[in-house]
Amino acid sequence: MNAKTEWKKLVLIIAVFIACFYMPAESARFNSAVSESLALVRDYARQHVLLCLIPAFFIAGAIAVFISQASVMKYLGPNANKVLAYSVASVSGSILAVCSCTVLPLFAGIYRMGAGLGPATAFLYSGPAINVLAIILTARILGLQMGIARAVGAIVFSLIIGLLMHLIYRHRQKEKTEAQMTMPETQLVRPLWKNTLYFAAMVGILIFANWARSGDVRAVFLCCPGGLSTYNVEGSIVQKSDDGLIILDTSGNEHRISTDLLIKTQQVKKNNLYERIHRFRWIIVMFLFAGFILMLSNWFTRSEIADWAESTWGFAKQILPLLFVGVLIAGFLLGRPGREALIPARWVNAAVGGNSVRANLFASIAGAFMYFATLTEVPILHGLMGAGMGKGPALALLLAGPALSLPNMLVIRSVIGTQKTAVYVSLVVVMATISGVIFGAFF
Amino acid sequence: MKKIQILGTGCPKCKKLAQHAETAANELGIEYELEKVTDINKIMKFGVMFTPALAINGEVKVAGKVASPEDIKSMLS
Repeated sequence: MNAKTEWKKLVLIIAVFIACFYMPAESARFNSAVSESLALVRDYARQHVLLCLIPAFFIAGAIAVFISQASVMKYLGPNANKVLAYSVASVSGSILAVCSCTVLPLFAGIYRMGAGLGPATAFLYSGPAINVLAIILTARILGLQMGIARAVGAIVFSLIIGLLMHLIYRHRQKEKTEAQMTMPETQLVRPLWKNTLYFAAMVGILIFANWARSGDVRAVFLCCPGGLSTYNVEGSIVQKSDDGLIILDTSGNEHRISTDLLIKTQQVKKNNLYERIHRFRWIIVMFLFAGFILMLSNWFTRSEIADWAESTWGFAKQILPLLFVGVLIAGFLLGRPGREALIPARWVNAAVGGNSVRANLFASIAGAFMYFATLTEVPILHGLMGAGMGKGPALALLLAGPALSLPNMLVIRSVIGTQKTAVYVSLVVVMATISGVIFGAFF
Repeated sequence: MKKIQILGTGCPKCKKLAQHAETAANELGIEYELEKVTDINKIMKFGVMFTPALAINGEVKVAGKVASPEDIKSMLS
């Protein structure tokens, strides 16, 4: 028996035992938290898995297999053009890794053997925030606006942070490793346009299958009694009574808004094009799908398709359990939007409600130190926003959260040293706060 | 005696690569020593940025993918 590793298990077992021993199984709050958590998992399973997550896994799998990572790294080598290096670094996260365990070696590599500190930090910052799965899931669950804000924010801020890091440390001597970058061999099998069409078809299927209808009414409401944040939802009214109204939003979720929280409702003009696309969306999807099958059978070899399936399956295996646990925890702590679970909504409101600088700063710092397993930031934020978190602080957390966590700060520190890490972390926190304040003020 | 090193920060893929390497070496029946290199700075010394990677006697053979046991066998022999 190895005492060094076994004591951890012992501590874990004791902790679980104490938690079970004192479990408040009769308390109403505890029970509602449990049922909220299960209800949230059910809602996610019904709304997000089939049309959104599964196509997203296929896209991520295809990116991992058919886009050569080495061809991207070419632009981040030691002799790379600086402007190009920064631009590539800030967007390449979208086609690279999904988890931070692959981002960190790439970061260290760009720093030590490649284009240097600036592009390396730009990459480190944008990587986790703009990978394709994160963007798709954010847009689907937290709204298109949030998804776009996250992607654009991450790209812009990675450029700024990269450049600032470069400027602050431009006089330092470079600590380069003598080692040469080892690249996996690249082989170009298909012309670019074929690959582009193939990806376009998949993205098209994802977009049209999830095409929302156009709403005819917009309701502005307060998140919760005494809350600081207001939200708006667009859709059509299903039921209206003295207690409040039920709105079917454009993506098919029902919202109950009680009268005392409702600020106003206004008519909006239906967008005919939206409506028409919505009506024919399955036909469009079927055409795209047929085209996609044709491409697969004509342009791809059997072994490529097998690789693609394997990497898709790999993503599904890696991410689904994390997401499942993430949703369970988010539901247990925060409940579904508009309902309470373990954490009272007024706490959330006090900490991150509204759009004050303090709320944004708090969200950034909390996000920076907290560890989010891949993609779990999305359900957690969903819960927080339902409990009264403002949109600004939500974006601040999204921008600071996945890029940083205590464990990865330690790894970054071992690569670039304590001082640079501290500067990097503070830059991220400050930037995330500023972007949160700006975003919250406008939307 | 061959020295097989698995470079990777401990993600599931690195563990899979380590398994494959073990299978390959055992099937060949050679004498070997398997080492997992998890320290990012040591990984950089190999010039590897795409983990997981596999090095035999200090020389990087594959980077950025999980090589199959068959592939590793041919690298070992």
